[in-house]
Amino acid sequence: MSVFDPAETGLAAASDGRSWLERIPVAYWVVGLVLLIMPAIAGDFMLFQIFGWTFILGLIALGLMFLGGYGGMVSLAQMSIAGVGGYMVAIFGVSAIDTISLGWPWYVAIPIALVIAMLFGTLTGWLAVRTEGIYTIMITLAIAAAFFYFARQNYVVFNGFSGFNGVLPPMLFGVDWRGPAAFYYLTLFWAALGYLVVLYISRAPFGLALQGVRDNPRRMSALGYNVTAHRVAAYTFAALLAAIGGILLTWQSAQISPGTAGIGPAIDILVIAVIGGMRHPVGPFIGAFIYVILKTYAIDALVTLGLSGERFQLLIGVAFLSIVFWSPDGIIGLWDRLREDRKRDPLTGRGGEGP
Amino acid sequence: MNAVLGAGSTISERLGATGTANALEMKGVSKYFGALAALSDVDITVRPSERRAVLGSNGAGKTTLFNCVAGDFPSTTGTIRFFGEDITQFPPHERIRRGLRRTYQISLLFTGLTVLDNIFLACVGVSRSRFSFLQPGRDDALMASAENLMRVVHLEDARDEQVATLSYGQQRQLEIAMALAGAPRFILFDEPAAGLSPAERSELIEILMGLPAHMGFIIIEHDMDVALRVAESVTMMHNGRIFKEGSPAEIEDDPEVQALYLGGDDG
Repeated sequence: MSVFDPAETGLAAASDGRSWLERIPVAYWVVGLVLLIMPAIAGDFMLFQIFGWTFILGLIALGLMFLGGYGGMVSLAQMSIAGVGGYMVAIFGVSAIDTISLGWPWYVAIPIALVIAMLFGTLTGWLAVRTEGIYTIMITLAIAAAFFYFARQNYVVFNGFSGFNGVLPPMLFGVDWRGPAAFYYLTLFWAALGYLVVLYISRAPFGLALQGVRDNPRRMSALGYNVTAHRVAAYTFAALLAAIGGILLTWQSAQISPGTAGIGPAIDILVIAVIGGMRHPVGPFIGAFIYVILKTYAIDALVTLGLSGERFQLLIGVAFLSIVFWSPDGIIGLWDRLREDRKRDPLTGRGGEGP
Repeated sequence: MNAVLGAGSTISERLGATGTANALEMKGVSKYFGALAALSDVDITVRPSERRAVLGSNGAGKTTLFNCVAGDFPSTTGTIRFFGEDITQFPPHERIRRGLRRTYQISLLFTGLTVLDNIFLACVGVSRSRFSFLQPGRDDALMASAENLMRVVHLEDARDEQVATLSYGQQRQLEIAMALAGAPRFILFDEPAAGLSPAERSELIEILMGLPAHMGFIIIEHDMDVALRVAESVTMMHNGRIFKEGSPAEIEDDPEVQALYLGGDDG
């Protein structure tokens, strides 16, 4: 059928006459500017520990948001994939364990690490897409547990319990990338890039189709989509995000060990994504920031209150519970609702946008 | 199993067959749900440009027939050929990529997306851009064809509206637009007129009559007026079996059909 008429092209995409630069919302400019000048305001601890860690965990959780929010699949294996990325950089690159580490240059080791982590993620997805809902969570949890115990017991490749230390970022451009400001910008760059790419893909055919698969797999199949292949591909992309995060995480602590990718951290990633909200890629970063703040300062807060510092997990748990209780969509859901309430007419209770 | 054009045939054999083959050829197709036979031993042959109406009471097996042809669920026995190719074992997306299309009786649309996005998804599904990470540009060919289809079904005024806000009739029109995406060779319409107002019905008939002449279809329709106006041949189904086949006039005058439809032995 000659549905396509070349004479009638050119009206695609909502073009309102403004350039793409002018269409960027004000909030982006403000947040972007604040983040860029942060090293002038914040101290080294804030830059390296709070923001660096937030961006890294946010990036790993961003992969889960992509899978869960757009694909409707909740995976607990994101942290294991990040762990694979970190381990592979240590194994193929340079570490203090020179009996195992191959010591290859970073421009070889990093691509290999990313590819292996993506293969691992693809395999995880290939197994997980056969299941739905709670069973996807179970199977990915099983994979996360299996990886943790395997890495802990394997001394030939993974160096067992102690893992690898002395895993440092390359001295590229003569910069020590573990310096607070440099590391801040390094993690900010990858977090921002990941955020923008996910936002972009959500409107590209792959992302639109993934959301279609989430809402109605049967219909997608009847439109010519291979639903299974689409889901597996989503896992592969999420694995790329996790692997970048995993490598940065390894550089931050200069070491990788089984505990980095244990069951606890695997669940923490889910907690981060849920706290922040799975509907929009900004959610994981908000969730990661709250998580990092709680994890860092909860002990002090508890001690100040005269309670035992070991109970900081309790605070995280309470925060998680209350957010899930008040807003199943996480913080961004809360934010959306506040905005809608403000628009509402106080007398009639009607929304501000049409009937 | 017919071995003439099975999986072992050469490409030239298959190509030779496509020119002369029927659009749809079902032989001995049955579908059992447990002990219940939703379809039993159905033989149907439809020529490439033929327009066929399938009539029958509720539970006659009409939608099951569509589900077997489109692959929503596999048939229990029998073979289904689409333009000569044995598609019996194919998953749905492989059948769609070969030019088969279907609509659903109860609209299966992406209600959170806009009208244009729904049609765009349908266009992408039968293109090679399914895994594209790039957003459609200003002069994207798929987006242009989506805009075109939107006009074919008269939905241009609802272009950017969320599908959830559309009227029932508009959703039915959107279903049709999505079935027309890409280069359909044969379409299965599952009760497109159900629940439409008289005005919407005539708009639907207009859309169906406006389809290119080479594009054959099967339409399931309770409304005899709609069915007999757009179709050149009619298949009557009853209790999962083919009951009668013939021209609209033959079917209308058939005493058995009249007894079945007017007497209503099983509603």
